[in-house]
Amino acid sequence: MHLTLEFGGGLELLLENSTKVHKVEVPPKDGQATVTMRGLLTWVKDSLIKERPEMFVKGDSVRPGVLVLINDCDWELCGGLDAELEEKDVVVFISTLHGG
Amino acid sequence: MGGGGGRREAIERELHKLRAEREELDGRIRLLESQLEAEPAGVGGEGEGEGVVPVVGSCDGSVGCQSRGRNGFTPNGGLPADMIYRYSRHLLLPDFGVEGQRKLSQSSILVVGAGGLGSPVALYLAACGVGCLGIVDGDDVELNNLHRQIIHKESYVGQPKVKSAADACREINSSIKVVEHHHTLKPCNALEIVQKYDIVVDATDNLPTRYMISDCCVLLKKPLVSGAALGLEGQLTVYHHNGSPCYRCLFPSPPPVAACQRCSDSGVLGVVPGVIGCLQALEAIKVATAVGEPLCGRMLLFDALSARIRIVKLRGSSPDCTICGKNSAFTEQDFQKFDYENFTQSPMSDKTAPSVNLLPESARITCRDYKKMVDNGEPHILLDVRPMHHFQIASISPSLNIPLSVLEEKLPTLEASLKKAGAAPALVVLCRRGNDSQRAVRFLREKGFASAKDIIGGLQAWGQDVDPDFPVY
Repeated sequence: MHLTLEFGGGLELLLENSTKVHKVEVPPKDGQATVTMRGLLTWVKDSLIKERPEMFVKGDSVRPGVLVLINDCDWELCGGLDAELEEKDVVVFISTLHGG
Repeated sequence: MGGGGGRREAIERELHKLRAEREELDGRIRLLESQLEAEPAGVGGEGEGEGVVPVVGSCDGSVGCQSRGRNGFTPNGGLPADMIYRYSRHLLLPDFGVEGQRKLSQSSILVVGAGGLGSPVALYLAACGVGCLGIVDGDDVELNNLHRQIIHKESYVGQPKVKSAADACREINSSIKVVEHHHTLKPCNALEIVQKYDIVVDATDNLPTRYMISDCCVLLKKPLVSGAALGLEGQLTVYHHNGSPCYRCLFPSPPPVAACQRCSDSGVLGVVPGVIGCLQALEAIKVATAVGEPLCGRMLLFDALSARIRIVKLRGSSPDCTICGKNSAFTEQDFQKFDYENFTQSPMSDKTAPSVNLLPESARITCRDYKKMVDNGEPHILLDVRPMHHFQIASISPSLNIPLSVLEEKLPTLEASLKKAGAAPALVVLCRRGNDSQRAVRFLREKGFASAKDIIGGLQAWGQDVDPDFPVY
């Protein structure tokens, strides 16, 4: 499944060369037709995150302070971990900022 | 005819002159009035954190606000000529018009933080004619603020930010009321200050204060225009208004401390908080006048580097939220007792860095002792573990820069340098404040560099205790 993943608010620092935008091909889990957010998080953690994974995930979800957006919509409105992704979806992971 | 026309002109000239003088006098009177109102009546000095606030700051119909409410409007709601002239470009907007300006002039807005975000917020809100503008900040102006905190001028360095900001606002618009709250906003004074205003703008620089302001706004039912900026990114939303979530709905648990970057560590490009602050002022004006669609239930994400703005849809307010939810039992008493610094494990300030203590005393030296080592010519290697772009700002010469993040892979470089330095050289590790140097020494000792020691307090201590000419950053 083709997906565009974007990381921001400092989360990009956990990735190779601090690249913010990643166009990726994510395979569905064996026996499943689609990729869920749960599956995507595992894939991102294993395939993209280069350092300090605890800055990205906690338990089976993202760590507190990270907003997840599926096609510019809060993932809480799309089913959270169980949200099923579609071809060419854009998923944004953004850490909240506190500075000013 | 000719003689009569000349006399007429003379009278008109005289009238014009007198009107200009009257306008000037009115301006001076308003300036003095606002200064008088900003002074706490009969209070000689202000105690930090004691909740002492100018009593006239009240903006829900008490004495101070009667004068604020008019703000140039005549008692029957009409605009006098000088106000029509001043705000004419607002009045010409069909969607805004006299009604928008009137609502603005009757609104009171509190700006928390007179920093990078708060600067444009306060300047624009003052300029646009908001009735009562409150500014809260407990800090003083510092030279390293000026690249982004554009409300402050060099001549105010060392003076309270609220004074500097309020003076700037009064210079721009003497017809509005500006109230100075020279405090750091805390649970003990927040309710008292915030309740006097209609709208709150969060322009602060740290996590615990953001939770506190949101909770306070929920308790007092105030819309909260919240902005944040760091590095080259900014974020903006309106909390707790028209069904939008509160900060806790969105972030029920605080992030880990290591995820909380601060401007004083990570840097910030000056114009980035400027952009977000301008947008905060805009949202505050929209909320105050009920013109347009405020950024409720949506968040604006600004990426300066790629010149991208993304506006995303957020969840609504959560019925289960511990603060704003239906069954919330959170009271004002709970709020006043709540320990926000403990909750977030971070300080209510951008400046005090959380310091770690990882090493036994025997693995540490003071910068004065290090100076003695240098003066005595003791063989050693000074390893600076700051990131390269920090090292390029300023460094102690000679020193070897291997950033902590690549220390493991660069151990051979370190070993080679130690060999070159002669018989049994000492290994002294340095960073900016003395935290990363401890992490480095702990790691190096595990890897067999048994003599590694770190300099307590890092370059900051070096600048304070040994070399006052060493640049502070």
